[in-house]
Amino acid sequence: MNLSILKSDKKNLNSFIAAGSALIFIGFIDIILSSFFSTNITAFLPSKISYLTPLLFGLFGLYLIRIEFSGNKLLDKVNTNFNSSNFNALLTLLVIFALIKYIPPLLNWFVFDANFAGNTKEDCTSGGACWVFVKVWLNRFVYGLYPDTEQWRINTAFLTLFLLVGASFFVPQKFKKYIIIFLLFVYPIIGLKLISGGDFGLKYVETGAWGGLSLTFIVSAFALILCFPIGTILALGRRSKLPAIRYTSIGFIELWRGVPLITVLFMSAVMFPMFLPDGTYVDKLIRVLIAITLFEAAYMAEVVRGGLQALPKGQYEAAKSLGMGYWKMHFLIILPQALKLVIPGIANTFLALVKDTPLIFVVGLLELAGMVNLAKTNPKWLGMAMEGYVFAGLVFWVICYVMSRYSQNLEKKLKTER
Amino acid sequence: MNFKNLKLNLSNKNKDLIPQILTVAFLILVVIYFTINAQSNMGNRGISFGFGFLSQESSFDITFSLIDYDGSHTYARAFLVGLLNTILVSAIGIFFATILGVTIGIARLSQNYLVAKSAEWYVEIFRNIPLILQIFFWYFAALRALPLTVDSINFYDISFLNVKGWYVPKFVWTNFSIFIYSIIFAFILIYFLAKYAQTQRDKYGKQIPTLYISILLIIGLPFLTFLIGGVSLSFEIPELTQLSKTVYVYRGGVSIIPELISLALALSMYTATFIAENVRAGILGVSKGQKEAAASIGLTKGQILKLVVMPQALRIIIPPTTNQYLNLTKNSSLAAAIAYPDIVLVFAGTALMQTGRAIEIISITMLTYLSLSLSISVFMNWYNKKMAIKEK
Repeated sequence: MNLSILKSDKKNLNSFIAAGSALIFIGFIDIILSSFFSTNITAFLPSKISYLTPLLFGLFGLYLIRIEFSGNKLLDKVNTNFNSSNFNALLTLLVIFALIKYIPPLLNWFVFDANFAGNTKEDCTSGGACWVFVKVWLNRFVYGLYPDTEQWRINTAFLTLFLLVGASFFVPQKFKKYIIIFLLFVYPIIGLKLISGGDFGLKYVETGAWGGLSLTFIVSAFALILCFPIGTILALGRRSKLPAIRYTSIGFIELWRGVPLITVLFMSAVMFPMFLPDGTYVDKLIRVLIAITLFEAAYMAEVVRGGLQALPKGQYEAAKSLGMGYWKMHFLIILPQALKLVIPGIANTFLALVKDTPLIFVVGLLELAGMVNLAKTNPKWLGMAMEGYVFAGLVFWVICYVMSRYSQNLEKKLKTER
Repeated sequence: MNFKNLKLNLSNKNKDLIPQILTVAFLILVVIYFTINAQSNMGNRGISFGFGFLSQESSFDITFSLIDYDGSHTYARAFLVGLLNTILVSAIGIFFATILGVTIGIARLSQNYLVAKSAEWYVEIFRNIPLILQIFFWYFAALRALPLTVDSINFYDISFLNVKGWYVPKFVWTNFSIFIYSIIFAFILIYFLAKYAQTQRDKYGKQIPTLYISILLIIGLPFLTFLIGGVSLSFEIPELTQLSKTVYVYRGGVSIIPELISLALALSMYTATFIAENVRAGILGVSKGQKEAAASIGLTKGQILKLVVMPQALRIIIPPTTNQYLNLTKNSSLAAAIAYPDIVLVFAGTALMQTGRAIEIISITMLTYLSLSLSISVFMNWYNKKMAIKEK
């Protein structure tokens, strides 16, 4: 399109801007009126054209104000970012109109028409979301079927964990090491004992009753701690010069990476008991933990291998020339550098792990998504699937988004350090 | 006694041998231990290891099948039905994930601030919600909110969407095989044409409009079969019929079950976010100098994209994207959660419950996925070698 009459020169700049803005304004008025007040100001036109009028007004308006080097800073900014060509102008308008049309109804459902007060399904009278459902079931969503009177144990375990993690950021470097060692090797056992009970006068709570968000954290934390050493050893094995060890590692890694997690969990549920002596009973949660750990260890091994490969050859040669053996070289020289390189990769593996935890429903363990599934089939709360899944999705989204942001920042920081 | 003299004096060769022997011995021991346990366990339950059950009658029904199947068929056939269903949903997912992913990946690089931001938020939102939750959301929340059969959503009177599924017209072909042969023949012709055009260009510098001739061939040949080959196509449109006073069903056409819709939707929307990131990284990975150099020797914008940017970007994009395709195929096993009859649900679910043959069935299922993954990774290695920059 090259309508030279409709192109401004410096003299009539202001009149062009005024006309363009007016047209865009009319377009917006049109779309707002038709989507919120159901009045169509262009009803005199045939229906199909009338439907497109806001777009036409907007496009023409944007075309008029597309003036290169106008001297007006704001206008130049608008033109480069939203209005650089007819196609871009169209995209801009479509995005804005879609936002105007669909955001308010969504907000209404979420907040303005939603129900927060009350305790039963009957209290949800307005058309919006029924957050009463989430409110009533929140306890179950967080703690699963864990007995109400014992929930302080889960709280204490997680609170201590957060305090320890927080403390490790503030204490001097000297103590930091001890806190981390305590967190990795001693605390998991204490925490598990506190939650499962059975000794020290604590009531025993069977793992079938664990659930909700706390189970998500328990499973992912344990799987991460356990899969890390196995993954590292597998990565070293895959780069080993000894064929038997190399091929065993490759076989192990490729086996787990080639199958979906759900079949691994099925295997732990129905096939694994067949391989143990008759009458041995391994707890469901432990079987799931072993399955997820082995599965994630294979992925972790590939991440660590990436770090090992990225290290320059000189590091290996330098270590060898100092007379270090295989293990000494790896633990003192290679792994500390390689692991630092792959911290973002480890964070991504952990992210995938957290997103995979809902799958443990196949063996009958119910974490957050599983509890929502259970709650929505409760006869008193039928038809609440939308609220339940939106809530669970939001919770997972916040967790994963924060973690992915953290890992991206880490990545940037590490990149600049090197 | 001097213990220093007792220290084993191993030569380098022996030093290497010992850990290997230990590893192999450990593996063998584990396998023996598991086998003995499995044998005694199966002996206690009165079943013996073997794949003979595959030819037995399955006597269960499957809600959705691409091939003829009912309870009188064998377990092997049930396995095939599950496998085909897995492949079907993966193929649909891969198709839409690619389209959506490429669009969003390009949109993220748009100059338009709004478009770039919307694409970024799409990626951030759908990547960070567990896939299983998305499947649950579409299946239990979104698709359940569709109208009942009587007041289906009507698309131009040929296709209907309701809570029971999506009813689309069925293609009724006569002499379908001739049609397929004509398409295959067109592809073979195009292959030779491309080769011929290449030699012409290399030897004599002649340009042959390959693209237009190809399009002509691929449309023209199948069209010819309609005119002279005796091929014809008609549509069977689904029709609303009343079974009793309140019960309505759609007869005829093809019904796409809601399980398939929600699974394909969730899989493609989730995987698209990863593909979008790959596409973006690939395009960003082509250095600016390449584009500027191409522009300075007078190539047009289209030529720059086709001849300079894309070949280099694809080299970066394709390997991780194939990985995503593989992930999508593996993730399609989540179908079991919403009862879409894929291989996991049909075989590792129903068939296992009926026969109790855990070891055989789980092994077959895992081997199926494993061979799928391994064949794709072998193909990828071959492709990477072929595409790698050959330095002279």
